[in-house]
Amino acid sequence: MGKDVVADLKRDYISKLLAKGVRVDGRKFEEMRPLTITVDYIKSAEGSARVQLGDTQVVVGIKIDKGEPFADTPNSGVLTTNAELIPMASETFESGPPDEVSIEVARVVDRGIREGHAVDLSKMVIEPGKAVWIMFVDVHVIDYDGNLFDAANIAANAAFKTTIIRGSKAGMSEDQPLPVQHQPISVTAVKIDGKILVDPTHDEERVADARLTVATLENGNLCAMQKGLNGAFTLDEVFKVVELSRRIGAEIRTRF
Amino acid sequence: MQSSDTKENAREIVVPGDLLAISSKKAGPGTYSEGGKIFASQLGIKTVRPDSISVVPLAGQYIPIVGDLIVGKIVDIGPSNWLVDINSPYPAPLHVNEVPWRVEFGETRKFMGVGDVVLIKVVGVDERRRISVSMQDHGLRKLTGGMIMEVSPSKVPRVIGKNGSMIQMLKNETSCRIYVGQNGRIWIDGELDNIVRAVQAIKMIEDESHALGLTEKVKEFLGSRPGTGV
Amino acid sequence: MGGTPLPANVKLIDENGRRMDGRLPEEMRPLTIEAGVLKRADGSAYVEWGNNKVMAAVYGPRECHPRHLQNPERALVQCTYNMASFSVDERKRPGPDRRSHEISKIISEALTNVVFTEYFPRTSIDVYIEVLQANAGTRCAGLTAASVALADAGIPMRDLVASCAAGKVADTVVVDLNKEEDNFGQADIPVGFVPRTNEIVLLQMDGDLTHEQFNKGLHMAVDACKKVYEIQRDALKRRYSARSVDVEALAPIAEGAIMREGL
Repeated sequence: MGKDVVADLKRDYISKLLAKGVRVDGRKFEEMRPLTITVDYIKSAEGSARVQLGDTQVVVGIKIDKGEPFADTPNSGVLTTNAELIPMASETFESGPPDEVSIEVARVVDRGIREGHAVDLSKMVIEPGKAVWIMFVDVHVIDYDGNLFDAANIAANAAFKTTIIRGSKAGMSEDQPLPVQHQPISVTAVKIDGKILVDPTHDEERVADARLTVATLENGNLCAMQKGLNGAFTLDEVFKVVELSRRIGAEIRTRF
Repeated sequence: MQSSDTKENAREIVVPGDLLAISSKKAGPGTYSEGGKIFASQLGIKTVRPDSISVVPLAGQYIPIVGDLIVGKIVDIGPSNWLVDINSPYPAPLHVNEVPWRVEFGETRKFMGVGDVVLIKVVGVDERRRISVSMQDHGLRKLTGGMIMEVSPSKVPRVIGKNGSMIQMLKNETSCRIYVGQNGRIWIDGELDNIVRAVQAIKMIEDESHALGLTEKVKEFLGSRPGTGV
Repeated sequence: MGGTPLPANVKLIDENGRRMDGRLPEEMRPLTIEAGVLKRADGSAYVEWGNNKVMAAVYGPRECHPRHLQNPERALVQCTYNMASFSVDERKRPGPDRRSHEISKIISEALTNVVFTEYFPRTSIDVYIEVLQANAGTRCAGLTAASVALADAGIPMRDLVASCAAGKVADTVVVDLNKEEDNFGQADIPVGFVPRTNEIVLLQMDGDLTHEQFNKGLHMAVDACKKVYEIQRDALKRRYSARSVDVEALAPIAEGAIMREGL
C-alpha cells in the first residue's frame, strides 16, 4: 500500500516542471519514450513480439487453433484478447484472476484490433459454419512503467506481421500468413494540470486527472477510444488527443 | 592451511557461496562462517580488514541501524502515530512522543498527512527487526518543496563519496540542498533547473557506480549543463 | 504429453550414441543467463536454455501476504511458477493449474533451504517464474533463474541452487532432456543442487529406472548442475563488471559502508 502513495512534494515537482514545459524524464509533452520492437521472439507461438517502451516491457504471443465459429458469425474466424499483468512486472500487480485493470487493457487493445479490422477474419474460415481459425492474442506484461495500452497494441500489430497459421493444426498441408490488412495504432495521453502528455510513465499515470487512448488507421480514421480515470476532458482537449494520435500513430506505423 | 585473503583479492566481486578465506577472523556483514571458513552470503565486494572479512553488498534492502538519518514518506495516520514508509519491508511507526510538537490524541492529522516527506532518525531496532524512529533532534523535520528520488541503498556510500567528496561536489555544482538518507531516499531542493541537474547527476552515479573517475565524470556532466535559473 | 509423433527417420539415440540434436548423453543444451534484466523488480534473471525462455523476478523481503502465513521468526520464500499461454504448442489457458502449483511448491522449498530467512522475520520474499517458451526442463530452468534473481536482489543466501534434469531415453541415461526426449523418453529426474555443500534440495523422478540407472542419472545431473553453477556465477559477476572497470573504483562503496558498520 505504501508504494502507491505519491509524495506530495513529488506531485508538486511534476507540476512545477510541467509549468516550464518539461516532463520529469526530460521529454516534451508530445514525445513518446524510446521504443524497441523484436518480432518472432517466441517460437512456440504462431506469432509474437516483444516491445520495450521506456521501462515498460510486454510480450505478445499469438496462438492460432482450429475451433468452431460463433453461431451468429458462421463465416468468420474468432479473435480473442487476454492480458496478464503478472506480479513480476510491478509490486502493484497482484496474482489471481484478471482484475478490472487487466480486463480493461485486454478489452481496449482488442477493440483497437477488432474495430480497426487489423486481421481479415473472413479469410480465417476452414469450413463455413463448422470450422474456423481461433486467434488468441495474449498480452504478457513483464515490466511496468506506465502505458500498457500502447505497448500492448504496438506489440500485437508487430506480432501480426510475422504470424503464420499452421495448416497442420487443421489437417491441411500448407501454412498461410495471417491475413493482415490494417494497422490500428493506439496512442495514449494523460492530462495533468490541464496539460496533455503523451505516453505517460507510471508516476505520471498516478498523478494524472484523466487519460485518453485513441486508436487510428492508416487513412487517419479513428477506430477505437477509451477514456479513463476520474477527471474530465474539455472537447478541445479531446480533439487535441485525437490529432496527436493521428500524427504519432503514423510515425509509429513506419517502425514496422 | 593457506590464507586466501591476500591484498590482490581485497576488492573482488563475489557471489553467494564463494569461499572468501580460511581464517579465524570475524565473519563480518554479507558473510557467514562454517567450519573455520568464511563464505559470501551476498553479491558484493569482498573487503578484508585486519580482524574481519565482510562483503559490501551491491544490491539489497535497506537494513536500518540505530543512528541512521533517513528520508521517509507518511503512508497512514493513527490517532497517536503516523506510519512512515522508510524503504524497508515494514513501515515504521512515528509516535506523537517522538515529534517536536505537542500533539493531542486524535490530532495527528493537523500536523502531518499522508504524502508528507520527513527527515527522521532511527532510534531503535529490536531483535525482531522492528524499527522505531524519531523526529526529535536538531535538523529533523517535515520536508517541503524540492524533490525526492530513490537509489538502491547499496549505492548511498557512492553518492556520498570518500570523505563526502561526491556529495560536496554535487552541492557545489548545483547550489542545491541535498539530504542523502541511508535508506536510499534523497531529498533535493533549490532552483528548479538545478534540481533537474542534480537528479540527472545522481541517476548517473547510480548507473555507473563502478566507473573509473566517476566524481570527475559527474562534475564534467554538470559543468556542461549549467543551470539557467529560469 | 503426446502431440505430434516423432518422424520415422528420427532416432532418439543413433548408432554413434548421439541424440537427435547431435548431443552426447552427458551434454547439456546451450545455456545463457542474464542477471538484472527488469527495472521494477528487486532482482531478476533471464535464462535461455535450449529452446526454453524463462524469466525470474524477486520482490522482497516485503510485507507478508497473506498475513496469516507470516512467520514471526523468519521470512517466507513464496515462489509462483507460471507458463505463459503462448509458451507451448497447444495454447495453455492462462492461470495456475495443478502442475504449476506443485512446481511452485517444490521450488519454494528448494530456495528456502539456502536463503537466510531468519534475517527477515515476518516478511515474504516473493519469487516469480514465467516460462515464455517451453521445451522441457522448465522447472530446472526456473529454479536456476530464480537463484540468480535472488542473488541479484541482494538476498543473503548460503549458496546458489543450480538445477538440471537427467533421464532415460532409448534405454540410455542422458542429461538435460529436450521436449521430444521428455515426451518419448522412459524417465525424468529433475534435480536441484547446492554446489558448495553437495546437497540436493529438489528431487523428483518419474518413469522406469533400475537403481543403477538412477545412480548414474543422479551423478550426471549433479555434474551438469556444477556447470550450470558456473554460468550462474558468471552472470552475476558480469552484471557489475565492465571491461574498463577498476576494482579500486569500487572502494568508496566499500569504505563508506564499512564506516557505517563501525567495523
